[in-house]
Amino acid sequence: MCLGIPGQVKEIYDMNGIRMGKVDFNGIVKDVCLAYLPDITVGDYTIVHVGFAITRLDEQSALETLALFQSIGLLDEELRSNAAEEEAA
Amino acid sequence: MSEGLNFEGWSCPLPLRDHPNIVMGHGGGGKLSAELVEHLFLPAFADSGAVDMGDAALIAVGGAHLAFSTDSFVVRPLFFPGGNIGELAVNGTINDIAMRGAQPLVLSAGFILEEGLPLDQLAAIAHSMGVAARRAGVTLVAGDTKVVDRGHGDGVYINTSGFGIVPEGIDIGPTRAQPGDAIIVSGTIGDHGIAILSVREGLEFGATVESDTAPLNGLVADLLDETRNIHVLRDPTRGGVASALNEIARASQVGIVIDERNLPVQDAVRAACELLGMDPLYVANEGKLIAIAPASDAERLLARMRAHPLGRQAAIIGRVTADHPGLVAARTGIGGTRIVDMMVGEQLPRIC
Amino acid sequence: MKYLDEYRDPDLAQRLFAEIRRITTRPWAIMEVCGGQTHSIIRNGIDQLLPEAIELIHGPGCPVCVTPLEIIDKALAIASRPNVIFCSFGDMLRVPGSAKDLFRVKSEGGDVRVVYSPLDAVRLAQQHPDREVVFFGIGFETTAPANAMAVLQAHRLGLRNFSMLVSHVLVPPAISAIMESPTNRVQGFLAAGHVCSVMGTWQYRPLVERYHVPIVVTGFEPLDVLEGIRRVVLQLEAGRAELDNAYERAVRPEGNVAAQQVLSEVFEVTDRAWRGIGVIPQSGWRLRNAYRAYDAEARFAVGDIQTRESPICRSGEVLQGMLKPNQCPAFGKECTPRTPLGATMVSSEGACAAYYQYGRFIKAEEVGVAR
Repeated sequence: MCLGIPGQVKEIYDMNGIRMGKVDFNGIVKDVCLAYLPDITVGDYTIVHVGFAITRLDEQSALETLALFQSIGLLDEELRSNAAEEEAA
Repeated sequence: MSEGLNFEGWSCPLPLRDHPNIVMGHGGGGKLSAELVEHLFLPAFADSGAVDMGDAALIAVGGAHLAFSTDSFVVRPLFFPGGNIGELAVNGTINDIAMRGAQPLVLSAGFILEEGLPLDQLAAIAHSMGVAARRAGVTLVAGDTKVVDRGHGDGVYINTSGFGIVPEGIDIGPTRAQPGDAIIVSGTIGDHGIAILSVREGLEFGATVESDTAPLNGLVADLLDETRNIHVLRDPTRGGVASALNEIARASQVGIVIDERNLPVQDAVRAACELLGMDPLYVANEGKLIAIAPASDAERLLARMRAHPLGRQAAIIGRVTADHPGLVAARTGIGGTRIVDMMVGEQLPRIC
Repeated sequence: MKYLDEYRDPDLAQRLFAEIRRITTRPWAIMEVCGGQTHSIIRNGIDQLLPEAIELIHGPGCPVCVTPLEIIDKALAIASRPNVIFCSFGDMLRVPGSAKDLFRVKSEGGDVRVVYSPLDAVRLAQQHPDREVVFFGIGFETTAPANAMAVLQAHRLGLRNFSMLVSHVLVPPAISAIMESPTNRVQGFLAAGHVCSVMGTWQYRPLVERYHVPIVVTGFEPLDVLEGIRRVVLQLEAGRAELDNAYERAVRPEGNVAAQQVLSEVFEVTDRAWRGIGVIPQSGWRLRNAYRAYDAEARFAVGDIQTRESPICRSGEVLQGMLKPNQCPAFGKECTPRTPLGATMVSSEGACAAYYQYGRFIKAEEVGVAR
């Protein structure tokens, strides 16, 4: 369920009293309802589901998660090289 | 809470068997289309002996072999980014003929016009048909026009038919893929389908997603100039690359493995597919071909393709195997495996 | 694409696989609740690359699959009316009712249209004041705010020709039902990321405590799914049961408050039947009285349509995680995406269709592709 894709808010406008925006998904632009993100501003990233922005993407968290993945790999490599050293010894 | 649930006698929907009427999926290029041909048309037409499931039929006339094909075009909107129904109709049949290795010579064009269609639209369509035919070096030699009541057609439907001559020593067809062959695609996939969908779904493209409609006979001639040892050529139109590869795997009784990482897909096409929950492998192309040839020739063919304006982004996307005949498998981006099946009907935007 | 490609990195995925292998010492059964996660798992081949000790059970989080037959039959009845424009998300068109599907209604002359957003249906109602425009309002908590806004917008615009056939379902009651099933095998949950983007994570804390089961809010890209699995396994291996959020970039603990306010303005909680599962108390939303004028069931008097489902296939057990799709005797034989017996075969996110489409019934060795 709930196919949601990240895109960047390019423009905010009003349509029949509803807060709308143009959201850019890597080169394609779609009109998206921003009513549920009253604080979102141009330049922010959001996740869009059935034409509605449902959440603002938090860049800090995104970077932290990626850093975590990187560190998991490093930890693993360290362990492997430790194990290899132990075997060698 | 569990008292209210019936865990033993869980219910289940009734089967939905064959449709008694034509549904849109019968025109989607997937399984429903194939079944219509196999179970309805072929049994009815069997006496004619013309049972060849390639893009064009091969007919022996005197000492020569003709590749003959017909195709109808019902695209909506009539004018779309990168083209219109007219050039699509000319290029489409040219490409079907070219996929036999033939040089297309002549086309006919039949028009079904809806009452009320503005003449300037029809003129623009006819003009671009002429341009497309000249570009490909074919002649439009016969035509027909019918008009239907307003509301009984989407402005204009076009049928084109035509033939070309297969040069001596060329044997290209959907049954000829062999284990060990390489699979090359001539450029980015899914452009046409997404260009059309963009208009219907209200997507704006910042960059340039246009239909890739183009005549492929020049590219095919170049490839055959490089080597005549090409086993299969196919233009992956409706149903996309996935359906074309499935048809080849079945017709040749071979397995096919593609690597998703090697599939050329434009950024905007990929983004549109993500947004709509679609798979570019199933999206239509109108100016791309799949070439299947011995792996030893693959790099040469690839280089030749890339030297042609219509093949600049060509890529080797996979190989033919003796394993799992009739099946197409894909290696996924993270190194897993999945089966790339044929669609049942048409691909719809997936939301939930 | 930014925020997508980073989470599909094959090297990092391999590292996460290695890490999961490293920390897994015993067999664990983990349910990904959401059909979108099932789709990602199968499409990327994640399940094949996990250690054998980890079994992923595909949950009931596919609204197309769990929409009850009775509602489908009501949809078909409404869509067949001559003056109706029936709007639906694409996936629902293939779902079989008792005798037909929306494709067939369309082929018989019904005006059935695929829309991308419920607001598109509102726009159609504005453009066609002489026609009745009905939107098929299905979905979980992620989709509900969009549908609620469509009702509000129709109300604001004073559209008398717009209505919605509502069949909304909720995740937390389904998790409760699964945990209380006597045959339950699920030991940990990947909670549906986008549902939590809307509703927040607070609803899941009582479930973690009541059932002592780890719940990790999880995203949809391969690395997100793997990270969710890693965090569930870490808890299981340590004997812990906590609420964790592995999708922090898109999920705040409080969720989307503005959306929740509109949801409670438009909808109220109700019992809801789940296709193949049965009635789960307080597991859905319906329109509040103030908006009952937009209820298509009332407007078109289809309340009489009551459909019992016929016990042929075993999609109920599949939805519950008691049976793998390929363990069903009908799988791939009587039941294919072409001739679906159950809704799980109909939706492209349904567990059965995903298995069929992506060949989980054929072992990787048989496919002949290196793992």
